[in-house]
Amino acid sequence: MIAALTSKLFFRAILVINAIMVITPVFFLFNSALRETNSFASNPFSLARHPYWQNFQQVWSDGEFATYLKNSIVVTGGSLIVILVCAIGAGFVLGRYQFKGNALIFGFVLTGMLVPAKLAILPLFLQLKWMNLLDSHIGLILVYTSGALPAAVFIMSGFFRSLPMDLDSAARIDGASESQLLRLILMPLVRPGLAIVAIYSAIPIWNDFFLPLVFLQSPENKTIMQGLTVFFGQYSSQWGVLFAGLTMAALPLIALYLVLSEQFIKGLTAGAVKG
Amino acid sequence: MAASSLKSEQRKFIVLFLTPALATILVFTTIPALTTLSYAFFKWDGFVRGGFAGFENFKRLFSFPFRGQFLLALQHNILVFVAVMILQTSIGILIAYSLFQLKRRQRFFRTVTFLPVIFSLVVVGYMWQVLLDPYYGPINRVITNLGFESLAKPWLGSMSTALPTLVFINLWRWVGFPAIIFLSGLNAINQEFIEAARIDGASEGQIFRKIMFPLLAPSMTIISVLTFIGAFEWFDLPFVIGGSNGNPAGATDTLALMFYRLSFGSVDSNANEIGIGSSLGVLIFVIVGVGAGIGQHLLRKREVDQ
Repeated sequence: MIAALTSKLFFRAILVINAIMVITPVFFLFNSALRETNSFASNPFSLARHPYWQNFQQVWSDGEFATYLKNSIVVTGGSLIVILVCAIGAGFVLGRYQFKGNALIFGFVLTGMLVPAKLAILPLFLQLKWMNLLDSHIGLILVYTSGALPAAVFIMSGFFRSLPMDLDSAARIDGASESQLLRLILMPLVRPGLAIVAIYSAIPIWNDFFLPLVFLQSPENKTIMQGLTVFFGQYSSQWGVLFAGLTMAALPLIALYLVLSEQFIKGLTAGAVKG
Repeated sequence: MAASSLKSEQRKFIVLFLTPALATILVFTTIPALTTLSYAFFKWDGFVRGGFAGFENFKRLFSFPFRGQFLLALQHNILVFVAVMILQTSIGILIAYSLFQLKRRQRFFRTVTFLPVIFSLVVVGYMWQVLLDPYYGPINRVITNLGFESLAKPWLGSMSTALPTLVFINLWRWVGFPAIIFLSGLNAINQEFIEAARIDGASEGQIFRKIMFPLLAPSMTIISVLTFIGAFEWFDLPFVIGGSNGNPAGATDTLALMFYRLSFGSVDSNANEIGIGSSLGVLIFVIVGVGAGIGQHLLRKREVDQ
């Protein structure tokens, strides 16, 4: 009895310690974003009782933060739209239609998952240069799309395949066209799959800084995570402003995560969990 | 009649829906991946390709001055893989088991556990860089205030602690991922096995060791393979904190950083060595491919069916 209780307490303690380890640095980040830089030297821990919003003002006006943020929204949003549209189409065809070459095409799509983008970066760089897509958001969107599509098509075709085939025959008998079948009958049923694909693709794109680092040069094109590296150099001695910048880069995702944590967890572990 | 018109509409859909996806993958993944292999076998002058070079680039990678860098970076990658495997797997399983035991509030603790995984490594890297600042950073403040002044080190700035500190930051950011994977592995275990063992008088510890742990093998396979790939392509965190040279003095250098320097030039020299860089890229690809392949094969064998 006592042994059971101690073991229960032990595992509870593990979770509490883990939670403290996770929350403390994040809380410190937010708290520090609301303090004057000068007050750090005397005490790095005191609570921001009188929030110093000027840090955020300075981030917004001084740095090219607004531009970086806008660029990230364009690149992530653009990639997401292309990925979803392509994955719905390809997933539908590969998951529902039986035709010669289906398995072969599916196999080809899957090979795309084996290639780590980082190692193909040199030919990609030269190819984008040749296509005049270097230092452009469109080039970046295409590369992200290509990287995310194999998994996205895999997930979507799985969702389409899992729906009963009778749906299609019934709809066709009732005179529905193929596009009506897709839009009106199947699409509402594969929505959970779309959520998984959206999160699985969008989060790494929003957070990525390697591809922008290599492909984007002009300051007005840079994305938020790449821009942070510039910003960090500029404000290395102004901790208040620095933390405000980091907070602004991290907050949109954290807010979304707190609302949709189940979908996030499912989406980001998709592919690593069977079934 | 109806059937044939349907067929043509379907055929149209097949072409219309597959072409954009296939073309994008072909142009931006398949072709670059195949050409990257060929790059290693040519002479390069900047970004201009010269004649066929055979294995010359590989030979240069294994001779002065690249050989030393390569071996040091490789050593770091191996160390990081071993450390991350031991720490993330054991802590991940511990957290997963603790979550599994929890009846109420599981959702809150699960959300907190996974939170750092959604963070960008840029944000994580800079956040910890400030937290670990040698003079003003809160962590050294706490250590000093507790009276352990000698332990208040420049964690990221000294040769001996930089790499272990990076591993710790990586752990902070990523341990929620294996924890959640192991938790879903635990949830997938047939409760009847556990009930039966309990009726036979097995202790909770025995149940975990003899039943749950072996049945976690599929999760273990996935985590091991992902960790292996991640460790040998480790780039973002060391780059954000130590720059492309793996500062301090190469203490945090990795194969991927070296690949980046050779491909695009480093901070101190803009000269790039595409041929040697590509040969390193091919090597990393082989290490990751062969390692992950063999690992998966060996680990799969240990998996038992429920």
